[in-house]
Amino acid sequence: MYVGKKVTRVDAYDKVIGRTRYTDDLCDRGAYIAQVLHSTIAHGKVVSMDVSEAEKIPGVVKVFTCFDVKEKHYFPTAGHPWSTDPGHQDVADRLVLTEDVRFYGDDIAAVVAEDEVSAAQALRAVRVEYEEYPFVLDVQEAMKDGAPRLHEKYPNNILKHTTIQKGNYEEAIKEPGLTKVEGWYETPTVQHCHIENFICTAQMEGDRITVVASTQIPHIVRRVVGQALGVSWGKIRIIKPYIGGGFGNKQDVLYEPLCAWLCMQLGGHLVKLDIPREDTFVSNRVRHSIRSHIISWVRPDGTYAARKLEAFSDQGAYASHGHSIVAKGAGAFPQLYPCENVEVDAYTVFTNKSVAGAMRGYGIPQAMWAVECHTEDVAAKMGIDPVEFRRRNLMPVGFTDPFSKNELYDDTFNQCLDKAMEAIDYERKYKEYQNQDGEIRRGIGVSVFWYNTAVWPISLETSSCRMVLNQDGSLQVQLGETEIGQGADTAFAQMTADVLGVPLGDVHVISCQDTDVTPFGTGAYASRQTYTAGFAIRQTALLLRERILKYAHELTRMPPYNLDIVDGKIVRTTDGRELMTLGELSTEALYSLTNSQHLSAESTAQIKSNAYSFGCTIAEVEVDIPMCRVKLLDIVNVHDAGKLINPALAETQVHGGMSMGIGFGLSERLMFDEKTGRALNNNLLDYKISTFMDHPRLKALFVENPEPTSAFGTKSLGEPPACSVAPAIRNAVYQATGVGVNEAPVNPHNLFRRLKEEHII
Amino acid sequence: MYDIKALYEAESVEHAIRLLTEHPEAQIIAGGSDVLVQMREGKRAGKELVSIYGIDAMRGVRYEEDGAIRIGSLTSFSHITKDPIIKKHINVLGEAVDMVGGPQIRNIGTIGGNTCNGVTSADSASTLFAWDAIVEITGPKGGRRIPIHDFYISAGKVDLRPGELQTAILIPKIAYEGYRGHYIKYAMRNAMDIATTGCSVNVRLSADKKIMEDVRIAYGVAGPVPMRALSAEGRAKGTPVAKENIQTFAQAVLEDINPRDSWRASRAFRRHIAVVLAERALKESIRLAGGEVNE
Repeated sequence: MYVGKKVTRVDAYDKVIGRTRYTDDLCDRGAYIAQVLHSTIAHGKVVSMDVSEAEKIPGVVKVFTCFDVKEKHYFPTAGHPWSTDPGHQDVADRLVLTEDVRFYGDDIAAVVAEDEVSAAQALRAVRVEYEEYPFVLDVQEAMKDGAPRLHEKYPNNILKHTTIQKGNYEEAIKEPGLTKVEGWYETPTVQHCHIENFICTAQMEGDRITVVASTQIPHIVRRVVGQALGVSWGKIRIIKPYIGGGFGNKQDVLYEPLCAWLCMQLGGHLVKLDIPREDTFVSNRVRHSIRSHIISWVRPDGTYAARKLEAFSDQGAYASHGHSIVAKGAGAFPQLYPCENVEVDAYTVFTNKSVAGAMRGYGIPQAMWAVECHTEDVAAKMGIDPVEFRRRNLMPVGFTDPFSKNELYDDTFNQCLDKAMEAIDYERKYKEYQNQDGEIRRGIGVSVFWYNTAVWPISLETSSCRMVLNQDGSLQVQLGETEIGQGADTAFAQMTADVLGVPLGDVHVISCQDTDVTPFGTGAYASRQTYTAGFAIRQTALLLRERILKYAHELTRMPPYNLDIVDGKIVRTTDGRELMTLGELSTEALYSLTNSQHLSAESTAQIKSNAYSFGCTIAEVEVDIPMCRVKLLDIVNVHDAGKLINPALAETQVHGGMSMGIGFGLSERLMFDEKTGRALNNNLLDYKISTFMDHPRLKALFVENPEPTSAFGTKSLGEPPACSVAPAIRNAVYQATGVGVNEAPVNPHNLFRRLKEEHII
Repeated sequence: MYDIKALYEAESVEHAIRLLTEHPEAQIIAGGSDVLVQMREGKRAGKELVSIYGIDAMRGVRYEEDGAIRIGSLTSFSHITKDPIIKKHINVLGEAVDMVGGPQIRNIGTIGGNTCNGVTSADSASTLFAWDAIVEITGPKGGRRIPIHDFYISAGKVDLRPGELQTAILIPKIAYEGYRGHYIKYAMRNAMDIATTGCSVNVRLSADKKIMEDVRIAYGVAGPVPMRALSAEGRAKGTPVAKENIQTFAQAVLEDINPRDSWRASRAFRRHIAVVLAERALKESIRLAGGEVNE
């Protein structure tokens, strides 16, 4: 059995020696080089563009401007499954190039040249004339009457406003003896910073166009490229090779439509569009900055009588994933700490800034920042130990969400908290760090998180799988679920090997998705690859097993129910005798002069379930008060992701998420110039992603309660590790200093401001 | 792919001067860790380059006849950090340049490039200011030596005339003998970063370790170019090693420095940090010099 074991990644050796091929490695040398010209105003209209100087530069093929886009096919970009119900379709508000500028960095023209240098020279030589409009950068300013409006259809720039009402908040707060705790909490705009910048290439053969793209979602990209070009979807072929990370940025259709459009304008010539890091920050996607206002009414016994959340989510200039992000966090609010009387108002609002889309955690890191900072504030105000307060109010065992039907089957929260507290020696440290003074102080802080797996019932959940047996008894496995660095291919191979009964080395998972040949699937997002693919793998492997045993019956005359496949051999179960190898059977099947068969199986699993995936973080910090600096001393994440398919890969997933959470909590923030709307720090020097030198040893631990809805007892782990890290750090700083920094990140600037406000420095 | 018009490789200092004279628009390139980044950003795109990277005579650390320490301008950061002469006399310089970027940058980046770039945040610059470094410049009319303070003209602009290149940085014997120093780089993360503020302090104590005979302090990012805080130095010079004197010294830096408000950090924040750094860097310098500060 391979599931549950730390087997080596199937792609480990190729990745280490550099043999793995990415989009750029697959591109022919003769490709034209395209580069995008971005607007240098935040809001307005392109009046005219002079490309004459640019086109004179040797090596420049052509400059395409927004005025060359004659057929206006507006398209949506969110990497969501398509909905056949027009009411649930994503907002189609993008064009490949636009005259209407809505943020500093909007795509207004593209140059195509024979090499990078000519293309860069051409970009600098294009002259643009704008008509400028006032712009708005703040999410709540944008909602005010009279604020500059980005899209005609959305008054007050509100893309969507949803509410949740439970019980009667207004009545409940009249209960005598309640304590009111209120706070504002805010998370910054951050970017995914995957190692491989977005890149794609496009080339035509006949009337079909092939796009190779660094994407998480090849089948969704095919649909959107078709929509953007006004071309029948079957004429589009998307190839997704290995990718250098995505973290949700590549769960969006980025420049695939533009690249395909440029290729079509140039008679189908191969075009490469390789986005520089600086543009990745500004003109791809970012994480929604969310400002949250929470009011809690607490009884003297430390239970909640009523709670209210208002959340304002900064969408930036275009809809992308839109309201889904803040809605996910809003949905978690009444569940994590259930309360009889809850009111939630969630707004998603356009501003003249970089477009926000999906990013690891999908609204939950923002929501947990607000909720878990607030939980700490409430516990402090009530004089209750923060862990005890959480235990008293957290979702109880047996809780079932009536909408998703998700159920908390096990005592996950307490188990995770217990394990984390033991691992980091919480009780002793918490006691030791109470009431310190002096310049250097220590603190320890806790945060839990809520997460779920996949997107059912909000959206489609489907997985298709194909397995083809080779002469030697090995097999190819194809899935629409994508390897994006997380180790999905390895997990798929382990699951296949176990269900079919073959050695792991005989399972060849085809990593590359090619929409011409790969079974349909919607791709990597919502921490769903292992959970979702598990169903299709199990179903397809059982189907193939049945066909193999039927053929074995013909060769051996033994009834199929007395046969099994064990370690790649056909075994008679009555006496355990090995009758033949799978290779012998398969060779016979393919070359038989009487009954030749191509043994394969293909099936679709529709998944109508979802699963909670919970856990916690505890962080220990040292605060140098005069220096306004936080040093992270120790940190532990504990997750209940159900049964782990590969504990080694699970651990590395958690390490990556914790690292992302550390940056989110301590240092990362994309800033915009108030005067122009221009991004100020869109490079890896000025944008402070954390480095190894900023990390302590990351501890990742697990509680394995098998998930009953799951094909292999497993559930989500891709995104959860990034969800509770930042508030745990903030709460540790709070214990150390008595100062709550409610605006992430807890960097020296924010800490300086807060320490000054509290007269500590 | 970089937008380079032409690349000329100099084989000697004289050859470099000739090339620079023949190509007056050319940009000097050494390790390239600043120049290539700027070219990629379009700032120096399309320029001719004169590479001096192959001139081995400009590499290494040695004593001059008068005891001055001579650091060839092409000496890399990692070389300086490990050099025995530096370790013995100005260990703080080795520590300061060990905080530049990451290991790869420190292997390719040179102290000459760091100073000729003219930026206030250069990790080597505040320490060189604090140790009264002399810059050696060689050009068509021969060589000249100027104090590093005069080498920096304004942000991004240094005193290099047509055909000239910086060939060495010197620390006079009188400037290093008996001194011990400490540099604190204040940055937003612990690696791969530029200084929000950098502070380099050194001290010469009396034989009994009770008096601060001389105190020197210099900052990066406290003004448009690296700078000394002379009022603070004057306040501390000749005073006993005592907590109050250190605090007086640290507060006095505010009379000298003039950091600006920018999106990288506010003026108020930089002023606050400058005082903390002065106090801590002086305390550590005293400790390194064998003194003791009673808390």
